[in-house]
Amino acid sequence: MSDPRPTDGQDNGHDAPLVRVRGLVTRIGDRTIHDGVNLELRRGEVLGVVGGSGAGKSVLLRTIVGLMTPAAGSVEVFGQRLADLNDHQLHQLEARWGVLFQDGALFSSLTVAENIDVPLKEQFDLPHHLLVEIAHLKLSLVGLAPETAALHPAELSGGMRKRAGLARALALDPGLLFLDEPTSGLDPISAGDFDRLINDLKSSLGLTVFMVTHDLDSLVAICDRIAVLVDKRLKIGTITELMRDPHPWLQAYFNGPRGRAALDGKTA
Amino acid sequence: MAEAGIFFERRQVPGSTLVALRGNWQVESAAALDRALTDLRRAAPGAFRFDLADIGGLDTVGAFLLLRTARSLNASLENVPQHFLTLLEHVEQAAAAKDTHPRRRHRHFNVAEWLDHLGTQVFRIAATAAALLAFFGRIMVTAARVVVHPSRVRGVALLSQLQHNGWAALPIVGMLNFLIGVVIAYQGADQLAQFGAQILTVNLLGISVLRELGVLITAIIVAGRSGSAFTAEIGAMRVNEEIDAMRVLGLDPVEVLVMPRLIGLLISLPLLTFFANFVAIAGGGMLCWLALDITPPVFLDQLRSALYPLTFWLGVIKSPFFAFVIAMVGCHAGLSVERSAESVGHFTTMSVVRSIFLVIVIDALFSVLFSQLNV
Repeated sequence: MSDPRPTDGQDNGHDAPLVRVRGLVTRIGDRTIHDGVNLELRRGEVLGVVGGSGAGKSVLLRTIVGLMTPAAGSVEVFGQRLADLNDHQLHQLEARWGVLFQDGALFSSLTVAENIDVPLKEQFDLPHHLLVEIAHLKLSLVGLAPETAALHPAELSGGMRKRAGLARALALDPGLLFLDEPTSGLDPISAGDFDRLINDLKSSLGLTVFMVTHDLDSLVAICDRIAVLVDKRLKIGTITELMRDPHPWLQAYFNGPRGRAALDGKTA
Repeated sequence: MAEAGIFFERRQVPGSTLVALRGNWQVESAAALDRALTDLRRAAPGAFRFDLADIGGLDTVGAFLLLRTARSLNASLENVPQHFLTLLEHVEQAAAAKDTHPRRRHRHFNVAEWLDHLGTQVFRIAATAAALLAFFGRIMVTAARVVVHPSRVRGVALLSQLQHNGWAALPIVGMLNFLIGVVIAYQGADQLAQFGAQILTVNLLGISVLRELGVLITAIIVAGRSGSAFTAEIGAMRVNEEIDAMRVLGLDPVEVLVMPRLIGLLISLPLLTFFANFVAIAGGGMLCWLALDITPPVFLDQLRSALYPLTFWLGVIKSPFFAFVIAMVGCHAGLSVERSAESVGHFTTMSVVRSIFLVIVIDALFSVLFSQLNV
């Protein structure tokens, strides 16, 4: 995949993975969530992470963006080991990725436009009129009407909150996007729209996407590769590769009635 | 302008101005870029052409600024690199969406607007009073139901309220009232010594603490401590849609949340007041002993002669009314919270201010009542 942002070149060469996780072990209390997870996220790809409820998909995402500290193993993002960075460096790194949390995690006391301006104000010194214009542009990019700008998160529907959260995640034009169940809780039509939106943004902004999801249709529609969390480890591959895997969970997942339906839709 | 040189170079070619873009057109330099483009727009009239062959980086913000300038100058884009085509296309579509939201006007002070604002405030206060009255009615109806079916009182919740709002408040209530007793005795003794009537310090202490200060100070502490907790707890549940969930499950929030808090406070505030009175008098008595050489037996004799049997009850009788107001205002504010974190804070502040205000108003009404009754 060609990179539309050739100047985003502080990384170690073009083909270096944006995210590299090696031997990751995470624990919550004395419960082991991940035991030796390895992962490489290549530039320009959309990686879907699936797994049963409680398998630790969100924990993996939170560990990669530095919200949780691993018990062992290393996490590198843009070629930098998170554990080696001081607060200032981590802060600079955080400006280069965007995160969409499950329910948007918009700041409830700010309007949608103010929410989008939060990272912009934090990172740069921009005049007010430009902040207003950028907020409107981002809203429009994620398919929200300009009137949404003045609303508070409590006045939005679930789907709108996700779009507004995506607009905030895209505020700094990051090259790397983390999505935590972007289509959960949406009706199938909105979910399909959201998939198309991610796909469009990926092709026009050259995004690399790490997406935690339950949604088989999303996997089929937009993911280049799929990572499955089973037995505290990741199995990574394309859908066809994973369907051939004899592991019972994968068989049940891809060859169950819902899996079949989603995959048939693709081939039809 | 020196700044502009980073982003583009202007060349006059026959018939038009050619602007060759270079450098990074990205959000980190958006402010400088915006200034440079505004200057460019103000510059020479005539046809413009933008040449993108040598542009470094471009993101949505850069593309937006470029397209906006190009549109206002009627300029064409040339040599657009292949990998920026979709980006420009997307941003162009997005920017085409018209903003129909009315801009907020800058407001100047004027009398009509001030009056308008004043009127709005008055109506808002009236509306709040009406809402509180309606809530009072709901509490009464629920209370009647609970009286008929006492098993509807949630025992564990009630005990937990007694623990949090009664037992746990003892140290702070005790300490503050002890200090109040010391202060009253000290100030009183100073003034009364001028008349050689130091012994009357005991009368001053006994009457002011029992009739007014003990119950008032305790109610104000409880309003700040428990009233705010009621609002914040119930408010956080509102934010989390727990109240709606209760309704759907057939539970009445007034019965489940308000009743235990109300009954709990109705029990604990009079008990706290009793404790506060005792501690305040002990504090004053200690000062009398240490500073005025009034020994405890003399102090108690004087206290007995100063007080009617009714004096104690005239103070304590107010505490259930205060408790009712604090619990009602706190819970009502909690149930009024809207779905944002800011709203929780707003209503918590308001709940404390309102309940302290109402406590003092009710205290004043009692004073009028008691003086009419000559007690």
